[in-house]
Amino acid sequence: MYISLEGDEHRDAPGSARKTGLVRVSSVVVTLGVVSLLTDVSSESVAAILPLYVTSALGLSTIAYGFIDGLYQGVSAIVRIGGGWASDRADRPKWIAFAGYALSAVAKIWLLLATGFAALIAVITVDRLGKGIRTAPRDALITAESDPSNLGRSFGVHRMLDTIGAALGPLIAFLILWLVPTGYTVVFVVALATAAVGVVVLGLLVPDRQPRREGAIDGHVRTPFRWRNLTDPRLRRLMAVAGLLGVLTIGDGFVYLSLQARTDFAAQWFPLLYVGTNVAFFLFAVPFGRLADRLGRARVFVWGHIALLLAYAATVLPFGGTATIVACLLLLGAFYAATDGVLAALAGQFAPQGSTASGIAATQTVVALARLIASTGFGVLWFTLGRANAALVVTAALMLAIAVAAVLIRPLNRAGVREAARHDSARGSV
Amino acid sequence: MSPRARLVLAGILTLLLLGGASAYGVVEIAAYRSRLAAPSQVRTTGTAPDTANQARIVFRNTATGAGYGRVASVPIARPGGTRTVTDLTCDRVYETVSRTMCLRIDRGIVTTFSATLLDKAGVVQRSWGLPGIPSRTRIAPDSSLVAFTSFVTGTSYATVGFSTATFIASVDGRDYGNLESFALTVEGRPVTSLDRNFWGVTFTADDNIFYATAASGGRTWLVRGDLAARTLTSLRQGAECPSISPDGSRIAYKKNVSTSAIAYWSIAVLNLKTGEEAVLPEKRNVDDQVLWLDDSTILYGLPTADQPGDSDIWAIPSDGSTGARPFIEHAWSPSVVRP
Repeated sequence: MYISLEGDEHRDAPGSARKTGLVRVSSVVVTLGVVSLLTDVSSESVAAILPLYVTSALGLSTIAYGFIDGLYQGVSAIVRIGGGWASDRADRPKWIAFAGYALSAVAKIWLLLATGFAALIAVITVDRLGKGIRTAPRDALITAESDPSNLGRSFGVHRMLDTIGAALGPLIAFLILWLVPTGYTVVFVVALATAAVGVVVLGLLVPDRQPRREGAIDGHVRTPFRWRNLTDPRLRRLMAVAGLLGVLTIGDGFVYLSLQARTDFAAQWFPLLYVGTNVAFFLFAVPFGRLADRLGRARVFVWGHIALLLAYAATVLPFGGTATIVACLLLLGAFYAATDGVLAALAGQFAPQGSTASGIAATQTVVALARLIASTGFGVLWFTLGRANAALVVTAALMLAIAVAAVLIRPLNRAGVREAARHDSARGSV
Repeated sequence: MSPRARLVLAGILTLLLLGGASAYGVVEIAAYRSRLAAPSQVRTTGTAPDTANQARIVFRNTATGAGYGRVASVPIARPGGTRTVTDLTCDRVYETVSRTMCLRIDRGIVTTFSATLLDKAGVVQRSWGLPGIPSRTRIAPDSSLVAFTSFVTGTSYATVGFSTATFIASVDGRDYGNLESFALTVEGRPVTSLDRNFWGVTFTADDNIFYATAASGGRTWLVRGDLAARTLTSLRQGAECPSISPDGSRIAYKKNVSTSAIAYWSIAVLNLKTGEEAVLPEKRNVDDQVLWLDDSTILYGLPTADQPGDSDIWAIPSDGSTGARPFIEHAWSPSVVRP
């Protein structure tokens, strides 16, 4: 089932250089990346123009928009666990992911018809439900389709394509509005079409895998999914480390706002800072994924938080110019590249066979909840200590947490290296 | 289905979907171009030199056709008459005898937002980048100070939610900064919470005193600002986007009359001497910073029904005696200029 775009691997051929990037990753992973790219173009193009659409075309109140925005962020975390569970239970990750992608595409049909506030809320809720459902089964498929020794790279390639879509979406949307300032419908039609292409590509070109049944030895199907499967000590340790670092991850919004308060350049480019972070993310995704495969995924996951630490530090340093802003965006992008796909790879690696999707979903939910606590807690800290002091406290706490996490993950790295070694030797013997 | 057949089918469907969307886009672009090239649906003229010294209403022209989105003016005596359309494009505009503030969406593949101050001849004096979609702007009666409000948008990953940024600056180069850096006092207590937001400044005849809206914890207040002391003090809860009358005796604002989480605004007028508030008989939802045409009439914009991107300016007596009448059709963001 393992398909390589490169065809046969000439590992033993003398003088054959180790190829880089896309070519050593399963074509199914690349296809899933393309599906994510299309879906992200769709979602992010709509998200980018939503404030304009709500305020200028619908004439809705701005407070109402804040409400929509909060909803947008919150809904997907709730259903993520459900998506992971359904995927493992049915042993059909492709079709659960398909349902999630299809739901988001269908939501965009409603967007063409929605004229009021309530209708818009319904559309956004359904779109986010789709995202929540599909994430874990999709990541489980990537795990199933990947060679365990380069799982980090597989996720790197997927996240790179995914983030290219997220960076392209707003640009396409604003290009359309540049040509037709009132062309919101055109943006929605384009979003619907790209989402539909994503669903078509997934449905027709991605093979239907049944990880649990395929893992069966001598026709004996492994026990069906149970929550108990998630009590693997390595998975629990991973969740603890991810949760510890997550409660100190206060979000890009804070970094952007701090930069905006300090320089005219940042204020002028404020609406586009997140595009800069996305560009850095997709540039670093594959190299960091490879690094994770080489050095140990848990190690790169923890070290990635050093980039976040430096970005926080940059917001309190006494100097701030264009170079500082660019450095901050690069650091945030590096942080996502070293942690987002790598965490999914780690969860996929440690979750028992047949529980991959729930393992990934549970880990991602721990991080999402931890970050929610972080942003709320930071608000309180800002209130009591002021911006600069609050940032200093979080920076110091994160420094300490990284040190603790570096110790806690030691067993995880050994496990990772051992597994990769076992895989390599198995491969060598064939 | 064989893998090859699947690939072919996927290719055909992709071409159909993307081709269909592109075709729709091209048709819409062509339709927009032809609308733009068509003569305006209202009577317009280029800059006529004699209008510059007339008492006039300056506004954003939203009439379909040539001149859409441009700054235009009509004589106060003949608001329905031929409009003089300039070359300046703004999403929100405010003009006095000597200065123009222009808030704009600078469209492009990378879309940004800006505020520009121009002099009488249309020469740019100052400009600022905005952190999001333009909202409100005002110039002090003596043209010495400007204020502008924008939303803070574009943080896709952020969890900041709704927020606004409001700045005050002098025309000769001084920046007073974001109102968030002013000390806010509500009902006698200092408010320093993170979710403070400010919008909709109105200047008084005294250059040191202004009014604005403050918000925190889901509540809003009308606040009185002191520029030298850098303080904001609450006067009344539930009053947004204030606008002071030319004689300085009353403040008109939008008042949230909704009983649900979704806001619905009416126009109210507060008498500063007596503290009496009168809600005007306008049943539609008014989301604008209203403007005093004179000491007895209030102007405001309302979106035109079923016509995205178009709006009309309405006039209503400030004493609440009668309902609104249309004042200038296909127009937005009015200001009164009396040379």
